[in-house]
Amino acid sequence: MNLKRTLVAVGIAAASSAPIALAQAQTVLTVVPHSNLAILDPIWTTAYMSRNHGYMIYDTLFGTDENSKIQPQMVDTWTVSADKRVYDFKLRAGLEWHDGAPVTGEDVAASLARWGKRDAMGGALMTFVDKIEAVGKDGFRITLKEPAGFVIEALGKPSSNVPFIMPKRIAETPPDKQIAEYIGSGPYVFQKDEFKPGDKAVYTKFTKYVPRKETASGTAGGKRVHVDKVVWNLALRDYQAQVNALIKGEVDIIENVPFQHYETLVKDPNVEVRKTKIGLQYMCRFNHLHPPFNNVKVRQAVLASFNQRPFLQAQVGVADLYKPCPSMFTCGTPYGVATGSDIQSKGSMKQAQDLLKASGYDGTPVVIMKPTDLSSIDKLPEVAAQLMRQAGLKVDLQAMDWQTLVSRRAKKDAPKDGGWNMFCTAWVSPDIDNPVNNAALPARGASTPWFGWPEDAKLEELRRAFMMETDEKKKIAMAGAVQARAFEVATHAPVGEFTQPLAGRKTIKGWMTHGLAHTYWNISK
Amino acid sequence: MAATDADRYAALSVESADVRPQETAWQRVRRNLSVRIGGVVLVLLLAVAALAPWLGTVDPTMFDAGSRDLPPGAKGEMLTLDGEVIKHRFHFGSDSLGRDIYSRVIYGTRVSLFVGVVAALVSLLLGVFCGLTAGYLRWLDGILMRVMDGIMAIPAILIAIALVAMWRASLVTVIIAIAIPEIPRVARLVRSLVLTIREEPYVEAATSLGTPTWKIMLGHILPNTIAPLVVMGTFIAASAILIEAILSFLGVGLPPDIPTWGNIMAEGRIAFVQFPHNIFIPGIFLTITVLAVNILGDGLRDTLDPKMAKRI
Amino acid sequence: MYPFIARRLLATIPVLVIVAVLVFLLLRITPGDPAAILAGDAASTEQIEGIRKTLGLDQPLPVQFGIWALQMVQGDLGESYYYKVRVTQLIAQRIEATFSLALVTIVVAVLISVPLGVIAAWRFGGWFDRFLMGFSVFGFSVPVFIVGYLLVWLVSLKLGWLPVQGYKRIDAGLWPWIQHLVLPAITLSVIYIALIARVTRASVLEALGEDYIRTARAKGLPESKVLVKHALANAAVPIATVIGIGIALLIGGVVVTESVYAIPGLGRLTVDAVLARDFPTIQGLILFFSLIYVGVNLLVDLSYVVFDPRIRY
Repeated sequence: MNLKRTLVAVGIAAASSAPIALAQAQTVLTVVPHSNLAILDPIWTTAYMSRNHGYMIYDTLFGTDENSKIQPQMVDTWTVSADKRVYDFKLRAGLEWHDGAPVTGEDVAASLARWGKRDAMGGALMTFVDKIEAVGKDGFRITLKEPAGFVIEALGKPSSNVPFIMPKRIAETPPDKQIAEYIGSGPYVFQKDEFKPGDKAVYTKFTKYVPRKETASGTAGGKRVHVDKVVWNLALRDYQAQVNALIKGEVDIIENVPFQHYETLVKDPNVEVRKTKIGLQYMCRFNHLHPPFNNVKVRQAVLASFNQRPFLQAQVGVADLYKPCPSMFTCGTPYGVATGSDIQSKGSMKQAQDLLKASGYDGTPVVIMKPTDLSSIDKLPEVAAQLMRQAGLKVDLQAMDWQTLVSRRAKKDAPKDGGWNMFCTAWVSPDIDNPVNNAALPARGASTPWFGWPEDAKLEELRRAFMMETDEKKKIAMAGAVQARAFEVATHAPVGEFTQPLAGRKTIKGWMTHGLAHTYWNISK
Repeated sequence: MAATDADRYAALSVESADVRPQETAWQRVRRNLSVRIGGVVLVLLLAVAALAPWLGTVDPTMFDAGSRDLPPGAKGEMLTLDGEVIKHRFHFGSDSLGRDIYSRVIYGTRVSLFVGVVAALVSLLLGVFCGLTAGYLRWLDGILMRVMDGIMAIPAILIAIALVAMWRASLVTVIIAIAIPEIPRVARLVRSLVLTIREEPYVEAATSLGTPTWKIMLGHILPNTIAPLVVMGTFIAASAILIEAILSFLGVGLPPDIPTWGNIMAEGRIAFVQFPHNIFIPGIFLTITVLAVNILGDGLRDTLDPKMAKRI
Repeated sequence: MYPFIARRLLATIPVLVIVAVLVFLLLRITPGDPAAILAGDAASTEQIEGIRKTLGLDQPLPVQFGIWALQMVQGDLGESYYYKVRVTQLIAQRIEATFSLALVTIVVAVLISVPLGVIAAWRFGGWFDRFLMGFSVFGFSVPVFIVGYLLVWLVSLKLGWLPVQGYKRIDAGLWPWIQHLVLPAITLSVIYIALIARVTRASVLEALGEDYIRTARAKGLPESKVLVKHALANAAVPIATVIGIGIALLIGGVVVTESVYAIPGLGRLTVDAVLARDFPTIQGLILFFSLIYVGVNLLVDLSYVVFDPRIRY
């Protein structure tokens, strides 16, 4: 290397620091997200990071406010025909893509079509849809084959996959391929050139974005942007380093406060710790295909031993942040009832041991998978293993990284051939709060969509009855019946609820921590 | 240096009979200060490893969520597998799951020493095999040594990380992953010794008498490689212990429920500022162990094989 | 001299070929199924099969190697399974941080260790010599991350002097760049200092016993001049050699140090790629690092010609 040239280059760098200092006079919000951002297509993947990225740069037709009500967002007005089969929507005036083109009904139609091929709820909606078409420049129409009660709910769903609206040419990307261009009509513009995977993602204010008049609430209301730039620091993955950086003011927000640091951060005068409004549920899942958990009595014995407190104490540890809850649909929601949960919520180790003895358990070891790189759930399998050992089961605790766990849990093979018996995970309450969306409840044997593959005709029947019911009061009772049957056949074990704390510098104003998704509008520094 | 050579070939050298009786290599080794210090520390650590269950420890995988994150010396409770609660003093505190760090560190000594010794043995064994083969079977020499060059061109830790990540991390895979990158150095050393020794008159004599090749290797060449191999083995053991800890620290090492120093430190990373003992206590044990092995190696090299430093 | 350079260059080719084969085999004969990982949570068997086809994972191994090698030769390291961008692009984005760290480390290490080694040799057997030898064994024995955490804890958190994490590009100014590199570089240089100081001491010691030093001393040259001009010059070749060999240690250290200090460099990329089973990225990085290692050692060999006029080829 030419030494002289290097020195000159360094000199230039030093000399040019003045304009850079000017540039830094902009307000930059530095956020440490909860995970790494790898995939930039929020329709292709359900990953929450991609969803949050979607909320930065895309807009949605409807939003969900903090009270879980659906409110219009890009849509200005809409009408439903008398036979409930034709929905006519008008878009707000002034919607514009980041490349300057106006948002049209054709963009919307193409975006919904692609989303309908990837998202579960979107797919369900598409079974009712006859056609989606543009009407004029700024309108679109959804025609149904038969009436469906959840059109607006689906369009306004707050979490993955969110029906984000993209330009037609991008939305025409085949659904099994990822998009390659990142143009939205949302409040921030994605700086593709500055994006470095595993390092940082940069978003700048979209100056031509026209927010709604309403105040921001959840993913609904006016998305007003008060900072010039948002930087996601993707390199800072070590939790201790994240906390250090926040305390020293090197970053503004950390999305995922490790429980062990909760109390330290609460005491820090410059830091504000928040709890999201929406809670999460821990869940351990049985694999119903293989011994010993193909035997319902063994599963019941495990349920009886799974007192939620040890799970919560070990994993969360901070009493402010967790609570046991007997319901599979999370406490505090309409269907969060205790019906039929006695086997677990009133169970005891003694009962578990007796049940296991009566089950004819033959000593087959339980293979339980433990993720080593997800500190948010990595202690659950340890507790599960200890409780099952106390109940009298043989346990083989296998540690692996989350990626491996995810590919392994999809395997239906016997545990000795690379399959599994149990894994534990966490769900956001809106994803599991009723018998329809709770992925652990479908019980159609090997064709069940989610891993674990329980089979129970009666449970399926009860779920179908619930889906067809429209009376809210009756629905609550029916959800209770579904839950009671699920506990009876022991589909899975809910092992407690918690809230995930977030933390930011006290200088941050207007930060919304509703928990539907992490969104960065309305915030100022 | 001349003295050492004379020593080594004493049986053959004509002059050696005239040389005044010298200390044997073993006596010199025992007199060496470095060997003594390193040796004593290692014997102590071996004793700790062997006596782990009787040193006031509890089951290192046992935990009680009620006793998590305790400072060193704190008293707490432990729930045993039978469901009974025992009182326990946490000499080194407890980790975020409520496991006893003292017990984990003590049991971790076993794992670290085992990994070090076995990884050294495995790489010596494979290295000696490759070296002898390359040194004797000339037609294999070229390709074998190019493969060794290739392995040496990949930084050791990258090979180890990649190998462990590919297979499921277990004691066996970790040991092999650590041992493989060390093989080329051993192979080169053995090969160069073979090439020198096979030109010696006594080996040539044996060959002309029709002694089979393998007998020559076992009878004449191996004994001469023992001293440098012992020295090299200690250094490999030291680096193996370090690499095992680094792998665990990076999250690609032995499964986290196995108590190793690296795992204890990896676990302690998350709350290092509040509970620095989670990292520093196993760190001190690790450093002392590696230091002891390295000092022992230095001493052995100075006494057994002064030419070593030049050869590698 | 030129034939020597040509010969030396040619000699690296078989090594690189072997490395390529090893790297390929290392990652292809594995139980993990990249197609399943790539397909994500909710993929059907058909989707996984489709991905396997597009990646060429259904082809026999030699064919896969052929395809792969052809790409490599053209400087294409493939596309990252995880990030969906070219591996070359990932490396290009990260190289500055790692290169800066390595450069500062080597500079710091040489500036500290060479004088220490010379002094130790000069005062052979004295307290300083013993201390340095002790430190050097210690330097080999203490894990990089322990040093790192100790420094973060003391310098950044207790004293508040330096930032705890991250990397600032050099075009953001020289001071922030240095500020973010000081601790990682010190952390990483410990083992290097141990290594170089030892070698410097040994070579200077050896030189001091040579006739020409005795001659120089006899001529009445001042001791400092004897040490620096004659003894140290003699030690240049071993020092250069050990820097070359130490590159492997440095690369290992970079992987750990970047994890401790959250520096978005190649070391972090390696760990992330391994955890995500991102085959092309792992392969690309190992190849890249090996190339650097072979390249640096080539330069070191060539530098002998400059350092030691006695060596003629």
